[in-house]
Amino acid sequence: MLGEGIVKGLAETARNFLGSFVDRERLVTVQYPEERLPVAEAARNFPFLIYDGTDPEQGLRCVACQICEKECPPRCITIEKSKDKKPDFVGKQQFYPAVFDIDVSVCMSCQICVEVCPFDAIRMDNEFELSTDDRFGGLLWTKEKLARPNEYYMAIHPTEAAEVEARRAEEQAQAEAKKQQPAVTK
Amino acid sequence: MLDQMFVLLKHWLLGYSPAVLQPAVSIFLTILPILLVFPVLFALTTVLERKGLGRMQNRYGPNRVGIYGILQPMADAVKSLTKEDIVPAAADRTVHFLAPLVLLAVAFVPYAVLPIGRNMIAANLDAGVLFFFAIGAISELSVFMAGWSSRNKYSLLGAMRAVAQMISYEVPLLLSSVAVIMAAGSLSTVEIVQKQAGFSGIFPHWYVLTPWGFAGFILFMIAATAETNRSPFDLPEGESEIIAGYYLEYSGFKFALFFLGEYLGMFAISGLGITLFLGGWSAPLPFLTWVPSWIWFFAKLLGLIVGFIWVRGTLPRLRMDQLMNFAWKFMLPMALVVVVSAGAWRFLGQGVMRWVVSILFIAVAYVLLARGVETRNRIAKRTYRFAE
Amino acid sequence: MIRMSATFLILSAITLIGACAAMMLRGLVHCALAVAIAFAGLGTLYLNLGAQFLGLAQLLVYVGAIAVLIVFVILLTRGGESDATPLPQVALPLTGLAVAGCLFAVLAWAVFHSFAVHRAGTQATPATVRELGAVLMDSYVLPLEVIGLMLTAALIGAVIIAMKEKQDTP
Repeated sequence: MLGEGIVKGLAETARNFLGSFVDRERLVTVQYPEERLPVAEAARNFPFLIYDGTDPEQGLRCVACQICEKECPPRCITIEKSKDKKPDFVGKQQFYPAVFDIDVSVCMSCQICVEVCPFDAIRMDNEFELSTDDRFGGLLWTKEKLARPNEYYMAIHPTEAAEVEARRAEEQAQAEAKKQQPAVTK
Repeated sequence: MLDQMFVLLKHWLLGYSPAVLQPAVSIFLTILPILLVFPVLFALTTVLERKGLGRMQNRYGPNRVGIYGILQPMADAVKSLTKEDIVPAAADRTVHFLAPLVLLAVAFVPYAVLPIGRNMIAANLDAGVLFFFAIGAISELSVFMAGWSSRNKYSLLGAMRAVAQMISYEVPLLLSSVAVIMAAGSLSTVEIVQKQAGFSGIFPHWYVLTPWGFAGFILFMIAATAETNRSPFDLPEGESEIIAGYYLEYSGFKFALFFLGEYLGMFAISGLGITLFLGGWSAPLPFLTWVPSWIWFFAKLLGLIVGFIWVRGTLPRLRMDQLMNFAWKFMLPMALVVVVSAGAWRFLGQGVMRWVVSILFIAVAYVLLARGVETRNRIAKRTYRFAE
Repeated sequence: MIRMSATFLILSAITLIGACAAMMLRGLVHCALAVAIAFAGLGTLYLNLGAQFLGLAQLLVYVGAIAVLIVFVILLTRGGESDATPLPQVALPLTGLAVAGCLFAVLAWAVFHSFAVHRAGTQATPATVRELGAVLMDSYVLPLEVIGLMLTAALIGAVIIAMKEKQDTP
């Protein structure tokens, strides 16, 4: 019958309209700056550098091997090796990056740098409220801006961090064990 | 007293002006409320529409500017005034400039024959309803001017479709109001409202409460929705169909003028619908006549605006051929049947008989025409040339 | 000297400017819009004379429908895009002036010998819609029916022509 569908449709929209005042679940809007949706655990945006302990210079895990710089598809990472060395978490002397820049306007969040890093030094952050009005200097992030403590990493990606911590503890234990043993046989 | 508040205010102010200037001041004081009230109503309607549509679609409307978003029109006004006015290089500058002006002028003029309250009409013409339709017909020309002057194939297409749609729906619009004119015996809007201002028992004499009046009112409102290019008849200006149709090449303030002209047209035609069918400024129940007449008019106008917004939020857009089919194959015969039914009502005298005959005419015509419209949707079985 | 009111002067100026523009403008659609202005001016002249129904019907029918029809025809037959060939320079304006002069003489003779100047008749009944309706149904019912028949025939003819075109294409 002509008009029946129209009347049913009008009834449906009227129910939506009147119901939206009574029932909060009908309105699916999240009022953004005041309410936020929870971020998924594996969400990623831009990379950051991890440091152990409290000193960003001394505890930085990155040894400037430059693998991530070579593997990065848009080549947004710039690394300059230092001249001297400092000890890493197993005690071996390693280089460290004097300059570590990521051009965030180029980075495409592909996570390849994370996948190739042998030292678990660079991981993905999930912060997205990063607007700035300085589109040249403000989007070139230096080592100081990129360095975050290990506790921060454990807070944002707990399961990954647990696995990394387990592996690093095991390597550290092996290094300790090797140090205790006497030197190799002749 | 409250009812005649504005009339008395005007006479009092007129007393303060010198005698030689009195005609001019009188005209000015009559026009000024129209120029102030209806644009403010337009601003209010834009907010109401966006919030209403939002609630119907399970979301909030705008709620950042002002409390509950009520100052949103201010933000829209600032945006439209400060946007760069882009005129395409190939466009015809004079016609491109004149189109929104003509539309706006033609949108304001019909308010002169709408009786907003008792004794509150700007121009009591003998042929008021005809004046309204004549001026409304001129707006089609401005739509065409807008579309053609942009030298853009999409604008031109949108303009042609819009004009075709407006002309097609003029006929049922006029015919459904002819039924009212026949019943009232006059083309003057004031007289039509006077005829509907009485009560018999508890029911008012509004024409919408008669069978032909009810059908005529529905036809009138459908034709009004199509005349003002409003959803679901907004194919010429649909955003996902033809980008913006005939006002594609307009930006900033001229776009806002088109918007204003469209909404003013909507209010004017709703006002005419109220005058013809819903009894103008008269109260619905006899014990409510103490409420001022202009409040009733605006209450009914708000009701019709809510109806427009409700229909916009519910129905999908009609295709051009569906639109034209509906106008010529359903609404025109239905409008003719409404005229015949109104005649039968008039000449059968009081009693149950005239109700039965009127309803019978309209119901039979509706069922037959509905069947006629629906069988057009038969889709042929698909035949494949290669994939068998 | 016939006294002309200010409104009459303004409205007739608008009509004349529209009509002249319709002849002199370059683009065909511009000419059509100028003709629409001339029609509107005529409608307001009727309203000035007190013929409400006629003036409003002029606006409704001529500006609202016929001007739109003219514009549609121009667009659908590509009349506006063709470059007009230049007209002969000397002969045509002179012929035009001669024809216009003759027309003006005939119209002037007709106006000067008509009611408006001599006021021979009595005051006519005001042409309200009610009077028009009564007269149409009473003394002029035969022309009304004939016009209705003619319009129906025109409508049917238009539908037949449109239908024939649809049968030609597939």
